Amino acid sequence: MRLVVVLAVLMGVSGIPDVTISPPTASADTSAHPNSIPETADESEQMEGAEEDVMATGELNPNHYPARRAAQVVQHYLNTRYGSPFRLIGVQTVHSGNAEDVTDSRRKYQLELSVNDIISNTTQTCSAELSFTKGKGQQPPEVKASCEELLKIDIKAQEEALYQKYKTSQTLMSAQYLPDSHGHIKPDMEPFWHLGILASSFIMLNESTENTLYNVAQVANITQLTTEEDHLEFDCHTLLHEMVSQEIIHWKMLFTWSPAEGVKVLQMKRLPHRHEREKSPKTN
Amino acid sequence: MCISLLGFPGISKADQYRQGLYFHKETMLNCLGMSFVLLLSAVGAATVERAQYDYYKYHPMSEITSWMEQMVKDHPDVVTVVKYGKTYESRDISLLKIGLNTGKEKKAIWVDCGIHAREWIAPAFCQYFVREILQTYKTDAKMEEMMKNVDFYVTPVLNIDGYIYTWENETTRLWRKNRSPGPEDCACYGTDLNRNFDANWGTVGVSFDCCSNTYPGTKPASEPEAKAVTEFVGSRKDIFLCFLTIHSYGQLILVPYGHPNYTAPNYDELMMVGKGAAEAVWKVHGMNYTVGASPDVLYANSGSSRDWARMQGIPLTFTFELRDNGTYGFKLPEDQIQPTCEEAYSGALHIITYAHDKTFSGAVANAAVTLWSILLAAGVTGATLM
Repeated sequence: MRLVVVLAVLMGVSGIPDVTISPPTASADTSAHPNSIPETADESEQMEGAEEDVMATGELNPNHYPARRAAQVVQHYLNTRYGSPFRLIGVQTVHSGNAEDVTDSRRKYQLELSVNDIISNTTQTCSAELSFTKGKGQQPPEVKASCEELLKIDIKAQEEALYQKYKTSQTLMSAQYLPDSHGHIKPDMEPFWHLGILASSFIMLNESTENTLYNVAQVANITQLTTEEDHLEFDCHTLLHEMVSQEIIHWKMLFTWSPAEGVKVLQMKRLPHRHEREKSPKTN
Repeated sequence: MCISLLGFPGISKADQYRQGLYFHKETMLNCLGMSFVLLLSAVGAATVERAQYDYYKYHPMSEITSWMEQMVKDHPDVVTVVKYGKTYESRDISLLKIGLNTGKEKKAIWVDCGIHAREWIAPAFCQYFVREILQTYKTDAKMEEMMKNVDFYVTPVLNIDGYIYTWENETTRLWRKNRSPGPEDCACYGTDLNRNFDANWGTVGVSFDCCSNTYPGTKPASEPEAKAVTEFVGSRKDIFLCFLTIHSYGQLILVPYGHPNYTAPNYDELMMVGKGAAEAVWKVHGMNYTVGASPDVLYANSGSSRDWARMQGIPLTFTFELRDNGTYGFKLPEDQIQPTCEEAYSGALHIITYAHDKTFSGAVANAAVTLWSILLAAGVTGATLM
């Protein structure tokens, strides 16, 4: 009996050894995979939209992409509303979310999320509501979000100083490649990097769907233009990174900024950009 | 030069002195000392030069290649370079094989970086990872044990052609794919190597527009870079305990599979280990990394190296998407290289340690089982005899 007890203790302490390297149950031949569902030739030609058609409804997992993409749309909206050369907003955490089909072509999301001002590193919890239209006649998403706490950090003095400096300057500013290849931005150019992102936020907001996730990859060029009016005016070329397709999309914008009015986009145009990918052109 | 100060045999010291040939001992020692110092400086300069490889700056491919050779020179008994393929533009694809030789075939850990050219933080991590394991195994008993039991196979840059292309100028910086020309009628270069592996190839998360950034190639492993990994790892798949592939950005730890209809047989284990890794990451600098299967937390995709590795039977396969969350994106500032590498190392080490212990600490349990069997047999025999 004592022997059995000793042995039992030994087993309990050391545990049954786990299987080490077992031969694969999934073979390299994917069609023999235990979980495989045979793919038809048609399906293989579909774009990434195929698996997106069945969207999450009801309570959303805050770690999963539907909530994350919706939160990014809220980020773009907040930057169009509250953004400044001295205030840039980013999503920090999604706490909870909910999605439902309102009509055949409209889906509504509700989110609880934390956002932060990247510059001052202050965080705020906000609620947001947004709705996407899908199918024909796709329109920009509608967003309702209130994060007034973000306005509490006083940046008026900095904004005024920047405005006056470039309003009265003899030369018009111009900057390229913000950030540069190594991620660097000269400190006095940072406000213009922020402005490029803010102007791009109007575009990213307009272009967003449930199947996209936009970030600004780079402000390729931002150039100040002369204007008689009470704002600064800029011509700007930015590169957006769309995560789901992994594409870099070029946009050109004409926009204005003043401390009083914030950013207003006057013109925006998507650029077809192939030259960096194209092989040497054949003679036409 | 100092030899002449040793004296002239055959001439008495008194005569040497008179002839001005006998130098004071101190002078001779000074001379020798100065020569020695000069020699040391020369060696020291060379050593200082080597020790100053800056792991917290981005390096062009030529510097990474030199660094790899230097790692072998500095640790000849532990590190070898293995060339295992060629890129489209005929450059050698190399890895560093790191481990304490035991003379027998060893289990292995695979880490690759730079499948996507623009994700510069990934090759930076691979270099840091190598430096770190080579530094710690001498003082850390656990790492020494792991170095004895497993070999680390680290590829600092897999998509070398693409990486070099991103260094050309500011307009090429955001290139993702390799640099093969694709089909003849295609106006654009490049295949997305992380859609080119033979794992549900061409099914989801791809575009057959050859100009697209998720173009999966003409067929599975059509690309020489993907083929190199497929052949090298595929011919040794039973030795690999763990396969980590490093990317950016997004702060994610992804488990197989990328296809929404497939679940890895050890999904629960992968999630548990992945979450442990994310917690290890968080402990370093407070950064949140989300853990999950790609179709849940990012997007569906197919033909990834991670999925292929899992399908080969390598049990613990993960994709790391490093910093940041989109503020700088692919152009992560150099002052974030160090914290990013530190946290990612911690996460990777968690997975590697788990993979190692699953195989090797099981030796203790194995011994216990053997003991049980012996004692049981003895007990039965004893009982019978009684």
